[in-house]
Amino acid sequence: MVTVLERHSELRQRAWDAAASVVDPEIPVLTIADLGVLRDVVLDGDHVEVAITPTYSGCPAMNMIALEIEVALERAGFCRPKVRTVLSPAWTTDWMSEEGRRKLHAYGIAPPQASNSRRALFGEQAVACPQCSSADTELLSEFGSTSCKALWRCKTCREPFDYFKCH
Amino acid sequence: MPVANIQVSETPLVLYALRRADDALILGHRLSEWCGHAPMLEEDMALSNIALDLLGQARELYSYAAKVEGKDNDEDRFAYLRDVRQYRNLLLVEQPNGDFAQTLVRQFFYSAFADLYWRAMMTSRDAALAAIAAKSEKESAYHLRHASEWIIRLGDGTDESHARAQAAIDHLWAFTGEMFAVDEGERALIHADIAIDPGSLRGRWLTTLSGVISEATLELPQTGWMQQGGRSGRHSEHLGHLLSELQSMQRTFPGQTW
Repeated sequence: MVTVLERHSELRQRAWDAAASVVDPEIPVLTIADLGVLRDVVLDGDHVEVAITPTYSGCPAMNMIALEIEVALERAGFCRPKVRTVLSPAWTTDWMSEEGRRKLHAYGIAPPQASNSRRALFGEQAVACPQCSSADTELLSEFGSTSCKALWRCKTCREPFDYFKCH
Repeated sequence: MPVANIQVSETPLVLYALRRADDALILGHRLSEWCGHAPMLEEDMALSNIALDLLGQARELYSYAAKVEGKDNDEDRFAYLRDVRQYRNLLLVEQPNGDFAQTLVRQFFYSAFADLYWRAMMTSRDAALAAIAAKSEKESAYHLRHASEWIIRLGDGTDESHARAQAAIDHLWAFTGEMFAVDEGERALIHADIAIDPGSLRGRWLTTLSGVISEATLELPQTGWMQQGGRSGRHSEHLGHLLSELQSMQRTFPGQTW
């Protein structure tokens, strides 16, 4: 009995690790575990089902991520893995790991701020420049290179940068 | 492979989901028409990103409608194989892009409504609808902020941008009444705490509008007459033209996939 349970948890961990290694195709320094997109890995016998949650309704990366998970699991020895999309609870940037925020910053993208202030419709946001850390920055566009990012500019080093929006 | 229009079992719940899905798809398609044509690169990306959000919302709602209906239909068949009269979107969202002011006023009227609507729908007794709403409301908050800032910039800008923004408001105002209308089937869903009564949101919608419009030094029209028809499939001529483009590939090569 004990060995069966041990084998089960060991297999599940292997499946989780394989799924967790998949990276976001648009921000390749972040894994789906860093992003909080990977929600659950269920092992039933030798069959694996992975639950992921979309960041944005129309995020075009989701299809790609689902495919990559299947490939990663098959490579790890799991037959016909399934990927399920769950909408609830809705993804939030609060689920991004500390490690993820650190990697994002090192990559040159300002990480989402911890407190979620989107309800303050015209509220002041202060985003520090990921290049020179200056707080003297300005918003250029509410929507940047992807829906999850806004375009900002640093007034100190004059570099434009992406800001991963709170969600 | 089917070329003809699909049959849809229009139960109140299927219809309810299709109406919201159609709003999102048609408005998303309109916004995508700006791709490569917006006045500047940042705005081109903003409009395309908003279009993408709306397309995502439409997909969730179509898939939900297909599940409720329990037939062979799916998100693609709903989008590509229904004729104009089978579309149930608001007349507002099918109106042509016009100039930039018209596009942004249309977006502002809709987003101010959608933001309230999705937030209210998060409490629906239908778990799937509540989940779709929870996802969508976060997106609509950004859409509303984007449109609001443009309305203020256009209204409180030059004489030209002010005049165009006011003309757009006057032109599109008659299409806003339909957002708050419900039919009998929908009324029953509202009583069952599945659907949201849009009428209960009208006051707050007007408050949102008034704040932005007055900061933009613009004015809301006082006229009461409102155009309706989209929810029951009676559309302006513009939707047919839009669908002929949106559906051209599937109508020409039925069942074709990438």
